Amino acid sequence: MAVYKKTYRPYQGDLTPRWRRLLVIPRYAFEDLHRSRFLNVFYLASFIYPLVAALIVYAVHNASVLKLFNAEGAERLISINLVFFQSLLGWQSMLALFLASFVGPGQISPDLANNALSLYLARPFSRAEYVASKMAVLLILLSLMTWVPGLLLFALEANLEGGSWMFDHWRIAAGLFLGSWAWILLLALLALALSAWVKWKPVAGGLMFGVFFVAAAFGAVINNIQDTNWGHLLNVSFLVGSLWQHLFEGGQPTTNGAVFFRVPSGEQLPLPACAAVLALLALACLYMLARKIRGADVVR
Amino acid sequence: MDAVIELDGLEVRFGTRVILDRLTASLTGRSIGLLGPNGAGKSTLLNTLLGFHRPSAGTVRVLGRDVRTAAREIRGLIGYMPENDAFIASMSGVRFVRMMAELAGLPKAQAMERAHEAFFYVGLGEVRYRTLGTYSLGMKQAAKLAQAIAHGPKLLLLDEPTNGLDPPARTRMIQLIQDIRARGDLQLVVSSHLLRDVEECCDQALILKEGRLAACCNLEEERKANRRFLELETRGGANGDFLAALERMGCQTAAGAQGRIKLVLPEDLEVRQLYEIAGREKVQIRRLSHKRDSLEDIFLKAMEAPGGRL
Repeated sequence: MAVYKKTYRPYQGDLTPRWRRLLVIPRYAFEDLHRSRFLNVFYLASFIYPLVAALIVYAVHNASVLKLFNAEGAERLISINLVFFQSLLGWQSMLALFLASFVGPGQISPDLANNALSLYLARPFSRAEYVASKMAVLLILLSLMTWVPGLLLFALEANLEGGSWMFDHWRIAAGLFLGSWAWILLLALLALALSAWVKWKPVAGGLMFGVFFVAAAFGAVINNIQDTNWGHLLNVSFLVGSLWQHLFEGGQPTTNGAVFFRVPSGEQLPLPACAAVLALLALACLYMLARKIRGADVVR
Repeated sequence: MDAVIELDGLEVRFGTRVILDRLTASLTGRSIGLLGPNGAGKSTLLNTLLGFHRPSAGTVRVLGRDVRTAAREIRGLIGYMPENDAFIASMSGVRFVRMMAELAGLPKAQAMERAHEAFFYVGLGEVRYRTLGTYSLGMKQAAKLAQAIAHGPKLLLLDEPTNGLDPPARTRMIQLIQDIRARGDLQLVVSSHLLRDVEECCDQALILKEGRLAACCNLEEERKANRRFLELETRGGANGDFLAALERMGCQTAAGAQGRIKLVLPEDLEVRQLYEIAGREKVQIRRLSHKRDSLEDIFLKAMEAPGGRL
C-alpha cells in the first residue's frame, strides 16, 4: 500500500523465526558503528599486526621471497613458535580492550537514557535475548580481531609446515581459541555492565581501563607492601595471562606468557584461584545487567 | 464475546507492598479504559499484562493466554505505548520504528514499509527522517503510537496517551485512537487518569483505587441508558398536563422548579414525539439535553465508596 494512504491496517504476513530477531540489534549497531570514521580506521589498523605476521610466516617458508630482499638466512632469526602466537594474541587482545572501551559504553546506555528498553522488552524478545544481541555486537567485532586471525595464521603455518606440525602444536590453536573467548567474553560483559550503569560514555570507557589498570596498580602496591603475590588477584590481565599460560603450555610453563599479559616465573598463582576471580567478575557483571535490564522499574 | 483480559484474584506485590490487590474482572470491550488517580496501579496492571511483573497470586489472561506461561506469545500480539518517554535520541523516527517492527518479527522489507505507513498515519510523515531527540513532546507521543501499531498487533495498550499534550495535539491523539477503534482490527486498552480520554475512546471502564477494583462498567450501555434520560426546560402552558401526557405515553417523569423536567423515555418513544406532545399541550421546550458525565458520576462514587468498591 502506498504510504500516502494514511490509514492503519493489520499485518497478516509471515513472521521471521526467533533466531533471526537476535540479529536485528547487531545489524543496526553495525550500521551505526560503520558511520564512525575513527572506529573504521582503528578497526582496519588492528589488522596490521596479523597481516605482518602472515607475511612473516609466508616469507619464512619461501626462500625466494627472502632472496628477493637479500635476506637469505633470515628465517633462522624468526621462529614461528608458541611465543610468536602468544605475542599475536597479546597485541590483538590489548587492541580489543581499546575497541571494547570505545564501542561497549554506547551499547545499552542509549536504550536506558530515554526508557527505550521497555519497548524492546514489550516485544517477543526476552531480557536474555536483549543482552545476547548486545553482546553479539562486541563478540563479533572482538572475535575478528583475536581468535579469527590467530587461527587463520595457525592454519597458514600448518599448511606451510605440513600436517604433523598442526598435531604437534594443537595446544596453540586451543589456546588461541579458548583464551581469546575467555578474554572477549569478559570484555563484552564488563563493557555492557558499565554501559548499563554509567550513562556518560567517556566515563564508562574510562572505567573499563580503570578496572584493568588502576586495579592492577593497586594489586602491585599490595604485593610490594605485603611481600606477596596474591595482589595479582586484582590484576585482570595477570589472571587472564595465567589462564592463557595454562591453555598454551599446561602445568609446566616455559615462557612468561603473552605480551601485556605477563605472568613472570615465580609469581604464578594457583589456576583455580585465578579462574575463580575471573568467574566472580563475570558474575558481578551479569548481576549488574540483571538489575538494570528490566521492562519496568520496580520501586519497592 | 470472548474476554480480552480476564483477571482472577490478581495480586502483584513489590516486596511487602501490595500494588494490585485481588483484582477480578472480565473485560470484553473493544476499547477498555483503565481509570484511576495517580498511583492507583494502572501502569502496574499494564506492565503485568506485558509480563514485566509477575503476579504474586491469582491469574491474568490476555486474549485467552495465561501471562505466567505465555508471556512471550502475548507480547507478540500486543502493541505498547508507555507513559514516559521511550525512544533512542540518536535514531531517526522511521529507523527506530522499523527496528521495533523487525524485533516484533516483521521481515526487513515489510518492517520498512509499515514504519513509513505508521508515521504517515500518526501525522509525522514529513519528519520521519529527523532524529527522535529533536521531536517535540507531541511528536514523541505520536512516534510512540507509531511504534506500537507498526507491527499490526491484536491488542494495543496505551498508557496515558495524551500525557503532556496541548489541546490540539490531544484532539489529534484522541481522533487517532477513535479511528483505530472504529476500524475494528484490534482491541484497545487505554490507561488514563483523565475521565474525558476514557469517555471519548472507550466502551468499557475499569476503575482502580489504591490497587483495588473500585468499579467496572460498560460505558456503551451507560450511554444507551443516558440517551433515554432527558432533562427538559419548559415554558408556558400547564406543566401538570404535559407531565400527565408524558406519563400516559410511558415516560417516567420528575418535575423540578421553574419548568424543569427530568424524564426517562420508553424504548418505543422518540424525542420528536416529545415536541408533538408539547405542541398539543401548548408547552415550549426551551432546552433539551441528554444526561452527561455518567462516567464522572461513577468515578466519583467509586472514589468516595467505603472500601473503594461500588
